[in-house]
Amino acid sequence: MHISAQDSSAGADLPRDWIQVEVAAHKAKPGPLLPILHSIRNRLGYIPEAAVPLIAEGLQITRAEVHGVISFYHDFNTHPVGRNRLQVCRAEACQARGCRSLEAHAQETLGIGYHQTTPDGEFTLEPVYCLGNCATGPSVRLNDDIHGRVTPKRLDALLDQATTQPLTLQPLAEEPES
Amino acid sequence: MTRIYVPRDTTALSLGANEVAEALKQACADRDIDLVRNGSRGLFWLEPLIEVETDRGRVAYGPVTSEDIPALLDEGLLDGQPGHPLYQGPTEEIPYLKSQQRLTFERAGIIDPVSLDDYIHHGGYVGLRKALAKTAQEIVDEVKTSGLRGRGGAAFPAGIKWQTVLDADARTGSSPYSKRKFIVCNADEGDSGTFADRLVMEADPFMLIEGMTIAGLAVGADTGYIYLRSEYPVAHQILNEAIATAEAEGYLGDNVLNSGKAFHLEVRLGAGAYICGEETSLLDSLEGKRGQVRVKPPLPALKGAFGQPTVVNNVLTLAAVPFILAEGGEAYADYGMGRSRGTLAFQLTGNIERGGVVELAFGHTLRELLEDYGGGTASGRPIRAVQVGGPLGAYMPESQWDTPLDYEAFSEVGAVVGHGGIVVFDDTVDMLDQARFAMEFCAVESCGKCTPCRIGSTRGVEVIDRIRNNEHRDNNLILLEDLCDTLEDGSLCAMGGMTPNPVRSALQYFPDDFHRDSTTASQATSEEA
Ligand SMILES: Cc1cc2nc3c(=O)[nH]c(=O)nc-3n(C[C@H](O)[C@H](O)[C@H](O)COP(=O)(O)O)c2cc1C
Ligand code: SF4
Ligand code: FES
Repeated sequence: MHISAQDSSAGADLPRDWIQVEVAAHKAKPGPLLPILHSIRNRLGYIPEAAVPLIAEGLQITRAEVHGVISFYHDFNTHPVGRNRLQVCRAEACQARGCRSLEAHAQETLGIGYHQTTPDGEFTLEPVYCLGNCATGPSVRLNDDIHGRVTPKRLDALLDQATTQPLTLQPLAEEPES
Repeated sequence: MTRIYVPRDTTALSLGANEVAEALKQACADRDIDLVRNGSRGLFWLEPLIEVETDRGRVAYGPVTSEDIPALLDEGLLDGQPGHPLYQGPTEEIPYLKSQQRLTFERAGIIDPVSLDDYIHHGGYVGLRKALAKTAQEIVDEVKTSGLRGRGGAAFPAGIKWQTVLDADARTGSSPYSKRKFIVCNADEGDSGTFADRLVMEADPFMLIEGMTIAGLAVGADTGYIYLRSEYPVAHQILNEAIATAEAEGYLGDNVLNSGKAFHLEVRLGAGAYICGEETSLLDSLEGKRGQVRVKPPLPALKGAFGQPTVVNNVLTLAAVPFILAEGGEAYADYGMGRSRGTLAFQLTGNIERGGVVELAFGHTLRELLEDYGGGTASGRPIRAVQVGGPLGAYMPESQWDTPLDYEAFSEVGAVVGHGGIVVFDDTVDMLDQARFAMEFCAVESCGKCTPCRIGSTRGVEVIDRIRNNEHRDNNLILLEDLCDTLEDGSLCAMGGMTPNPVRSALQYFPDDFHRDSTTASQATSEEA
């Protein structure tokens, strides 16, 4: 098992008030649960366990229902993710352009498998099934940017860029626990 | 002042369009240029394709990188000069584009996608104005006349679906939603090898907004949702911007164009589940539940979103509607063959030299697309297999490439046109790997309701691995056939029911790949590391 940068059971940093405000803000619209989960994911990168009772209470549904929905969707991680999310497209059109070796390269370079986070908390690696960029594959998504015709070399450059930029902004990025 | 277009669709961005735009801006800091971020023409092999407006019309250069900008400027880019090797001539004369029959993609790449003025200037909102002068029944009749069939895969006649929703009684029930009907746009576009929905949303979003507004008038719905896959961040941003503009300008809201009719529109994001493209699963997801497939009946047309009568249509279906209202249903029906009327946006993808969107009337052959438009593989090797219609579509060998592209002709050879995605593989493809992936994909994306789909697909992966390793190969080949039968017979929806298509076609047309010496066979990867 890999080690995450943050402890998933930590409730201390949980922005409880913010989550409650978020739930209240979406509550009136039809089908509010997915929009709420998306907004939590956007802010925290994942859906902390401690958010579940807050959502359940706010929407007056059971915790089991909230859990059921979270576990159904690939987007909603229940553990902290890295500072960068790398998704490699595994679908057919990218297979035809060599994504199988690109995924192997990504796993080897990062030293992790899918659904795992590097020990330094930089990258979470995820599979994705099509990014709609199928004429110019193989494709990857790094955070909100999609890249086409990605060779292993180009991927290395993208990963490099992603780690060098935020580090200059946050020189005191926390060290991983080991 | 010189007007220059640099696209901003996902593909152009994925190949460095923002860097190109930045380089142009810097290099032209002291020149008078007007830089427009258009959508894309869908000629993806040429992206980033920049265009310059000249008195001879728009002139194209591509594929351009930011490093090319100084040389391009030296060679007279701003005057549309032909000196540079990336010069493609007048855009409209590029044969790939010129020979298309563009109805839905008529404006794609031409206009600024978030400019309402541009949209109106290029014929936008004529359809809505005509619709406002008609009764609901007259709008539905126009769509029936057009012969438009759903573009999401099942090809169900759109006019008949709309009629059902128009006739449905929304007054029953005590839910807070009673008396209401909904328009839901299926923008989940999960099939590998498809991006036509995305291109509509990123290059011409007002067309979709207009189509949904007309659908609302046709059936008496005051609210629409665009259920958009979360894998499309660029489309998300562009749609939201266009919706806000349409609201501000009175094209959406409580009083659409002062007609007294309301239509509200909202984008809802999916969360990375392929099955949520299936319409009943999508509706559950929209309601905030697990995206599990519902048993039909009741039809969504009668009991859809929040239990109310609902039109669920694909992006391209709804996007065809403004043309049909503006030009008349007959004008649309004039294109096509047999019961396949109008045009279909084919998407050339995978290992293809010239990938992109090719909008044509039905009836052309697959070979024309692969060779005349696609120009063969990108690798330069022979094409071996082509998967049409998404991950649940069959792999087609060369002997089938002369099949006309129409729903019925494809169905006769056991294939599907589906959403028009065409994925090309060269002769290095291992069809056993492809069959294995089809089973793996079904296992990953199954909604879990039916045992054959949930469990059978995982068994399928194991059986194919044994075939690869030559463990009791003959018995396992029989077992694989049995598994396909079970999936076909015991699945509630096409996810389980059609996964056998790619598996069986691989077995039938490419049997050698299932009888290799196990030491030479390639090793497929799995999501599970
Ligand atoms: C597994 C599965 C996935 C589907 N995915 C999509 C999709 O991504 N987009 C889409 O428009 N239709 C998809 N469909 C078809 C929808 O269920 C439905 O037929 C369609 O939204 C109806 O709209 P149309 O009549 O305009 O095509 C899918 C169906 C199945 C069984
Ligand atoms: S076939 Fe598969 S995806 Fe479809 S309803 Fe059954 S379990 Fe769900
Ligand atoms: S298959 Fe990879 S982007 Fe579509």
